[in-house]
Amino acid sequence: MLELRGVTAGYGQFTALWGVSLRVSAGEAVAVVGPNGAGKTTLMRVISGLVSPREGDLTFEGQSLARLPAHEIVAHGIAHVPEGRRIFPMLTVADNLKMGAFLRSARRGYRDSLERVYTLFPALAERQKQRAGSLSGGEQQMLAIGRALMSRPKIILLDEPSMGLAPVMVLRLFDLIRRVREEGYTILVVEQNVRQILKLVDRAYLLEVGRIKMEGRADELSEQDFVRKAYVGL
Amino acid sequence: MIDPIFIAEAALNGILLGGVMALLALGLNLIFGVLDIVWIAYVELVMLCMYLVYFLVTGYGWPIWLGGLASVAFGAVLGVAVHLLIISPLLNSAAINQFLATGGLLFFLQSFATFLWTTDHRTVRLNLPIIEVAGMFLSFARLIAFVVAILAMIGLYLFLRHTFIGTAIRAVSQDRDAMRLMGANPQRVYVVTSAVGGAMAGLAGALLIIQYSVHPYFGAAFGPLTFMICVLGGLGNMVGAVVAAVIMSEIISVGGVMMSTEMGYVIAFVLFIVMMFARPGGILAKRE
Repeated sequence: MLELRGVTAGYGQFTALWGVSLRVSAGEAVAVVGPNGAGKTTLMRVISGLVSPREGDLTFEGQSLARLPAHEIVAHGIAHVPEGRRIFPMLTVADNLKMGAFLRSARRGYRDSLERVYTLFPALAERQKQRAGSLSGGEQQMLAIGRALMSRPKIILLDEPSMGLAPVMVLRLFDLIRRVREEGYTILVVEQNVRQILKLVDRAYLLEVGRIKMEGRADELSEQDFVRKAYVGL
Repeated sequence: MIDPIFIAEAALNGILLGGVMALLALGLNLIFGVLDIVWIAYVELVMLCMYLVYFLVTGYGWPIWLGGLASVAFGAVLGVAVHLLIISPLLNSAAINQFLATGGLLFFLQSFATFLWTTDHRTVRLNLPIIEVAGMFLSFARLIAFVVAILAMIGLYLFLRHTFIGTAIRAVSQDRDAMRLMGANPQRVYVVTSAVGGAMAGLAGALLIIQYSVHPYFGAAFGPLTFMICVLGGLGNMVGAVVAAVIMSEIISVGGVMMSTEMGYVIAFVLFIVMMFARPGGILAKRE
């Protein structure tokens, strides 16, 4: 479904990704793990078009995305839940979700999508008219994910969804992500909570200083000594 | 002692003027709120629209309402032109450059209007009645202008609140990149915003030409007042702008009757300066 081949990208003089190749099949949940500064966020930004790759190719369902601007990539069915959530704090919860359905193709099914998101996240339904900025961190993350679902995507990119959340909320959030998965969405997630995310996904990639160091099935990867020592902390 | 009926009449006139001033301030505020840029030449665009209505109505015999609609459309086109030709290339440069560029546009438009149409004052002569209410005299033109301005503001409110693009206009100022991830091209949102802001200038032009005569320096009278209202209301704050518009118009109108027109302006500006020290964030801003 999604395939990156030898993608090199960065900002100005700085190169964050060196020849990264990665593949996500339809219906799969894939994680990219790695330490701070490994290039995980850049990887997500390259896929959603906020950063243009310098080299390499990026295809989604056989079409190249490498030179498309971000606002056109969404229309292909790729929804990016950015690092730090990036909800619109001054808009209400309902208006945030409405913006998730900004795409012409998503507007037709707007009411339907809204109902699905509210069923998935009842807490959001209760706070529809509240300003998004007044929600708790966990609720804001729910809103960010809900907003992404509003565009009726084929794949969801989650960038550090657990960042800045209290440990209890992190567990609840992973539970929510599991439910989103069960809805049949394809997911590519970047996380620092390696132990928990490996329980949730099918496969994972280990990214270090801009290069893929390891890849494999999540259960196998979590058994590797190297990963255990370095990231899982066992 | 002045007869209280004159003061009441002035107060009523102040409210009527406040409606049109609020419309002007809202157009300017909308653009500032979204693009973070002040169109210094905003009232000069209004002036161009007033000329358009003047020529269409007196020269070509168009009915005033049709001239007004043409003015709204012309304003929208002007707004888009200002955005694409002046603002867009400067969007990422220093604020002072944007300020100077739209300031330059102001002088250009003033001079060019003088060159084309001389400094003559031109008036659309409409035979609109004067209404008498409880001993007070009100101009029908002002009343119409007020009602139309209020309707336009309600329309703007509904547009920003309930449409997708209206909500996007409010959202893009909060997070441009996040809006791109929603599938919206920020540049398109800016163009729509500029068109709406320009259309409001066009409408204000149509409402002003039935009350005032137009000349190339029209903006010199209404421009500073409009900015003052925007700042007093809190830049980007829509409700604040309406409240500030009514307060300023009242001071000018009532002060004008009780003392003189000039004193009305003096009092308004003194109040403005004082408020800038007391409430720099605008009248509705929460105290720190």
